Amino acid sequence: MRRFVAEKAKRALSSYLLSSSRSLPSPSLTSSPLKFYSTAAAMASKLNPPVTVDTLNPKVLKCEYAVRGEIVTHAQRLQEELQTQPGSHPFDEILYCNIGNPQSLAQQPITFFREVLALTDHPALLDKSESAALFSSDSIERAWQILDVIPGRATGAYSHSQGVKGLRDAIAAGIAARDGFPSNPDDIFLTDGASPAVHMMMQLLIRTENDGILCPIPQYPLYSASIALHGGSLVPYYLDEGTGWGLEISELKKQLEEARSKGITVRALVVINPGNPTGQVLAEENQRQIVEFCKKEGLVLLADEVYQENIYVDDKSFNSFKKIARSMGYGEDDLAVVSFQSVSKGYYGECGKRGGYMEITGFSADVREQIYKVASVNLCSNISGQILASLVMNPPKVGDESYESYMAEKDGILQSLARRAQALEEAFNSMEGVTCNKAEGAMYLFPRIHLPQKAIDAAKAVNKAPDAFYAQRLLEATGIVVVPGSGFGQVPGTWHFRCTILPQEDKIPGIISHFKAFHESFMSEYRD
Amino acid sequence: MSFIKTPAVPVESINPKVKDCEYAVRGEIFNHAQRLQEELEKNPGSRPFDEIIYYNLGNPQALGQKPITFFRQVLALCEYPALLDSDETHKLFSSDAISRAKKILSTLTGKSTGAYSHSKGVKGLREMIADGIALRDGYPANPEDIFLTDGASAAVHMILQLLIRSENDGILCPIPQYPLYSAAITLHGGTLVPYYLSEANNWGLEVFELKGRLDWARENGISVKAMVVINPGNPTGQVLSESNQQEIVELCRKEGLVLLADEVYQDNVYVKDKKFISFKRIIRSGYREDEISMVSFQSISKGYYGECGKRGGYMELCGFREDVKDQIYKVASVNLCSNTSGQILASLIMNPPKPGEESHKLFFSEKEAILSSLGRRAKALEDAFNSMEGVSCQKAEGAMYLFPRIKLPNKAIEAAKKASMVPDAFYALRLLDATGLVLVPGSGFGQVPGTWHVRTTILPDESKIPAIVSRLKAFHESFMSEFQD
Repeated sequence: MRRFVAEKAKRALSSYLLSSSRSLPSPSLTSSPLKFYSTAAAMASKLNPPVTVDTLNPKVLKCEYAVRGEIVTHAQRLQEELQTQPGSHPFDEILYCNIGNPQSLAQQPITFFREVLALTDHPALLDKSESAALFSSDSIERAWQILDVIPGRATGAYSHSQGVKGLRDAIAAGIAARDGFPSNPDDIFLTDGASPAVHMMMQLLIRTENDGILCPIPQYPLYSASIALHGGSLVPYYLDEGTGWGLEISELKKQLEEARSKGITVRALVVINPGNPTGQVLAEENQRQIVEFCKKEGLVLLADEVYQENIYVDDKSFNSFKKIARSMGYGEDDLAVVSFQSVSKGYYGECGKRGGYMEITGFSADVREQIYKVASVNLCSNISGQILASLVMNPPKVGDESYESYMAEKDGILQSLARRAQALEEAFNSMEGVTCNKAEGAMYLFPRIHLPQKAIDAAKAVNKAPDAFYAQRLLEATGIVVVPGSGFGQVPGTWHFRCTILPQEDKIPGIISHFKAFHESFMSEYRD
Repeated sequence: MSFIKTPAVPVESINPKVKDCEYAVRGEIFNHAQRLQEELEKNPGSRPFDEIIYYNLGNPQALGQKPITFFRQVLALCEYPALLDSDETHKLFSSDAISRAKKILSTLTGKSTGAYSHSKGVKGLREMIADGIALRDGYPANPEDIFLTDGASAAVHMILQLLIRSENDGILCPIPQYPLYSAAITLHGGTLVPYYLSEANNWGLEVFELKGRLDWARENGISVKAMVVINPGNPTGQVLSESNQQEIVELCRKEGLVLLADEVYQDNVYVKDKKFISFKRIIRSGYREDEISMVSFQSISKGYYGECGKRGGYMELCGFREDVKDQIYKVASVNLCSNTSGQILASLIMNPPKPGEESHKLFFSEKEAILSSLGRRAKALEDAFNSMEGVSCQKAEGAMYLFPRIKLPNKAIEAAKKASMVPDAFYALRLLDATGLVLVPGSGFGQVPGTWHVRTTILPDESKIPAIVSRLKAFHESFMSEFQD
């Protein structure tokens, strides 16, 4: 039996009390409460209102998230103007190419997944004969299976703080089937999307600004934002644009040593594979080098693997870092690996459902307890997201009633994504001064624009980063919303933007032609 | 799992704020209960009870409460809109659920619950919530001031993160309090400034006490940024009187404190002589918009809906400057948005079926049944506690809990000390081991030093209450006999 430690409780109590020795005034026993103040009009409040930007947490002020930053706010204003005054702009609609949000651009959810969600949301349906006509038999069966692992079949109850055990079992089985190495359900923490799991790890690892986290440049700016919010230091390592956004161990080593020489304790290495915004899929050999590096340097490997089901090239495939480590003979004792997965990407694109998990390995029991404790403060993640995560890692199999339609939907989406990636990549490469690496995976292109000096000067004159200036002009001319490369990080003096590959396929030709027309006109205007 | 010889992350190297934070509701006693549950499953009959009953957490649907039919019909239709094209659907869903689902779908980005919404939440759903707030209070609400979050907890974290710069920033919190506040303040590196509720006055809130604590904190170099008020109270269940609320608002205005109004139990009031009045209404009826900053937290987890697992809630901001709201929006945008099912449910609870609508009759009967049952259970358990030797229990006017005080004999306190336990944790553990009932020790919520309490929910099935009460009484008698001075 575990001991309940009086010291711990005392510490908790003392955090409530500012002084242990002072006596407490007894509460007032008068029946009418003391009237302490004269009327509001007579006394001005101390601050009016009390919260100003300069009194806010500076970490909040410091953090940035360009994906929904300035350009998007501007786009939303333009969208409202279009609604109230049609024809007020040289375009009919705003085309949001800023965010990996497939279902906002008409991608359909996977039917089987939504059938199961509807049934688990309203289990009364399972008792009605009419339901057999409305739902596939395997979705009904899966809904029963899921309800059977939820205590009391109550999808409205808080679950275990790591997520429903039976769903974690299903996810662990899916991970094992994917990797060929076992996965422990107790290593899995289901979260409201992968982002809260990333925050949890940053909060755990960062003590002060002397704790650093190695991050790829360019990176998905959740990492920079989260590190800023938790008061740590981002230690950048540059991906190599010249070699398809390759990751060089020599670069990792160099940045690690430089950080250490400045007194930074580097705690972890973030690797996004497939990459965001860059789309590269790491080669196995590269992954082995990374694992070796983390083991040698005592770094936690934070593996953002949310695009594991978005690979468009035949010569690459996804390998989880856990699989790589295990196949090198490395176990729990050798290195700590955290894998993040999400229901928002892949072919399922269930962004709004907020589902995801982290699988943590190589952490001691006492650290895991701490992670559990933090998870317990917010009780649990949303059950629909948990259910979706279990479906994503355990979809219909050959022989299931829904298998064929499921595969048709999945293949349809993935093939379309590959075609769109290709079409946009070619389009960007055809533009003057623009080079674009192939998107081997993920959902984005990150073309480089060689901006003429005149454009750079014009940007400076209006106090904007040159790529933000370009992106704003693009938006105002065409309604297309991309995110400036400065929001992701880039080699200084280079300019990029991130564009998703998600607009509907039939809109792509129109987007390409408007983009090209704008670019030609922009270059004409600013050509040196 | 193997013992790790040289972990990359030794526990000494993790963020001390993480190590310091505590959350008793799912803390040690809960972990012990789960171990006992596993034992029972492996060896039935190994304990003097058949089942563990989780009295530790406000989790109604885990204890048999059913969700509101209308709400779940709408959710299912929104999840799988293909249903709206089928003829059979009319046999399975009420017509107003169908029309509400259609209306909701029309507000969603891409007409799908699968898309990230606006980072404050779907605009159309915020408008519905704003309408519901206006109807409740008699004062308008601005959808732009509403932020939908994955449960109210996420919103609490957001605001505390915004306000706390260092340990010199303090947040006034009631003692006893729901330990999300103490945990979040610790995680964000601030200082909790306690103000004691008055047990003798049914957990009343005295402005004199508030002012005293505030002054003391300031004298000690703490910049007090905000005051948390939980109304109806958790764990105490008191519903503030209107005049009390007015004093609190005036204090916040005068002292430049942000009022953090945890109002998640607004639909849980069991006594006829009290009712829920939102702090927004209090403010709007006496003050200009810019005089006081307030945040109201609401959740779908409580009330009569009890949708804890769906993680829905919102905060409504009042009296914040635009540039500050921009910062809040920015932080919200980093995690993109809250889950759409929770958003939809939030819009439903603030805008439920109205008289005349097809689902209203069923909705109303489900709601009334749940609320009247909660009222009965609160009373039955309160009476039971008050009948026990050395136990006194204030009335639960609202919320979902009772917080009885137990006068523990000295022998018990010494036995606890010997076992290195806080006395109320010792009592709670003994209770668990003897009866399978999981209560949370009062030390998890805070209490006047030298007093001991336990928090229990009022949530177990009504039919189980008599058996629970008799087990509780039997245990208590036996405990008091054992440790009689």
